[in-house]
Amino acid sequence: MPPKTITPFQGFGLGLRIPHFQQYLSEPVPVDFVEIISENFMVAGGRPLHVLDQVRERWPIAMHGVSMSIGSADGVRADYLVRLKALADRVRPLWISDHLSWSRLEHVNSHDLLPLPLTDEALDTVCRNILHVQDVLERPLVLENPSTYLTFVDDQMTEWAFLAEMTRRTGCYLLLDVNNIYVSGANNGFDPYDYLAGVPADRVRQIHLAGHSQGRDRLIDTHDQPVSDPVWDLFARIYPRLGPVAAMIERDDNIPALDALLEELAIARRIAANVTAAAA
Amino acid sequence: MTLAELQRGFLDLLLDPSRDPGTAFDADGAAGLAVYRNAYGAQLVACLKDSYERLWAWLGDERFEAAAYHHVAGHPPASWTLGEYGIGFAETIAGLYPDDPEVAEIAALDWALRRAFDGPDASVLDPASLVAIDWDEAVLRFVPTLDLLPVHTNCGAIWTAIAGGETVPAAEHLPQPGWIRVWRVGLQPHFATIETEELAALQLATSGMSFARLCDRLAGEIGVEAAVEKAGQYLAVWLQDQMIAEIA
Repeated sequence: MPPKTITPFQGFGLGLRIPHFQQYLSEPVPVDFVEIISENFMVAGGRPLHVLDQVRERWPIAMHGVSMSIGSADGVRADYLVRLKALADRVRPLWISDHLSWSRLEHVNSHDLLPLPLTDEALDTVCRNILHVQDVLERPLVLENPSTYLTFVDDQMTEWAFLAEMTRRTGCYLLLDVNNIYVSGANNGFDPYDYLAGVPADRVRQIHLAGHSQGRDRLIDTHDQPVSDPVWDLFARIYPRLGPVAAMIERDDNIPALDALLEELAIARRIAANVTAAAA
Repeated sequence: MTLAELQRGFLDLLLDPSRDPGTAFDADGAAGLAVYRNAYGAQLVACLKDSYERLWAWLGDERFEAAAYHHVAGHPPASWTLGEYGIGFAETIAGLYPDDPEVAEIAALDWALRRAFDGPDASVLDPASLVAIDWDEAVLRFVPTLDLLPVHTNCGAIWTAIAGGETVPAAEHLPQPGWIRVWRVGLQPHFATIETEELAALQLATSGMSFARLCDRLAGEIGVEAAVEKAGQYLAVWLQDQMIAEIA
């Protein structure tokens, strides 16, 4: 019988990125877990899998995908799930996550995390797809709130209400990206603290902390800057409400030395310790 | 509007930047749509830069990006993996640079090396095992990353110079058309320029033909004595270059 729950993992981690491969293989990098971008390792062989096999022997791995397209009206592609399941069988991850978004319909794949309308039909579609994916992967799925840059006239609910109902119907869990809440709130006019108050905290298994940039008309979720102060403030607010959780810095561009990311992760550890002590 | 209709319309807006946003978005939705439109093209161009790094260096930023955006406009991605988005870019380049064949050949070499980089793993034959082989029946099995590219120019020398940060030679035609074989040793992709004779032997060997039959075929073309010598030379090179996974 496949598990219907995900055991929480308490710790602080980083994403495995190419410039740091060698350090992960040769140094005692002080992280509690490592997150991989699943698609970067859904390959036949060669260096990526060679590195991954060694990293997974030293750290728990969280698999984080960008190509599931859980919100596609025509379902999730079977060939993608076959490859994802094969990687999961190899890695034995803490969990498998992707985004509450869509990228593909029929034969066109944008390879971007496109926004879903917050409608009953979209909720039905997402829940149907999640239940199917969870059947195939034989485990609950973890879904991340996306950064969004627009809203739809047909929206019927808030994003946090959508997430709450989605987790209730499917038993899936959440990867709460605190920066995405901040970015989407700034772009779409909601208060990120309302979002934190409405999100089902008991379903959160992982936290993403990242940086953003100011575009011409929107905040952009660029992952190329340090975590901003408002995002740290949001993290400090939500952390005491969560159970054991895996928190990490997510950096995908303008990637600094590993030591710089570890210093940023130390800030996350300090904030978590302080707010936990204050709440006790 | 159904979800499928909305998603089809959204993709149409990404693929055609001149299309009017319509009425699906809230006020100021056009500014948000601009972010998605920009990200769509920028990500695919970045993907092509990653896969075609030496071509990018050869063309420079402006010409590479013009070619990449031209390709993106006519080739919406279909696969679940961005890793396959580079398929066909060398053909686009050939169409854009019909009078500069080295450009498309550098592109094809970039792509073949990229495919070899994360292609299937394979063990490599230990030369010590050769003594136990029945050569009358033996069939060579090559590493699965082996690929063969036709070349008319010094694209290999150009690629090597760019990769090594050396002075890059001017493009020139080869005295005779040749071939490049690409394969991976351990974790490292390799390539080598070969002559037509080796290509012919390699094509026979990779067809599943026995090594003895391969020697017979060569003998029919260049005589028995020369065929034995050539076949032995090629076998030694293929073993030394760690291209043979097993001899069954």
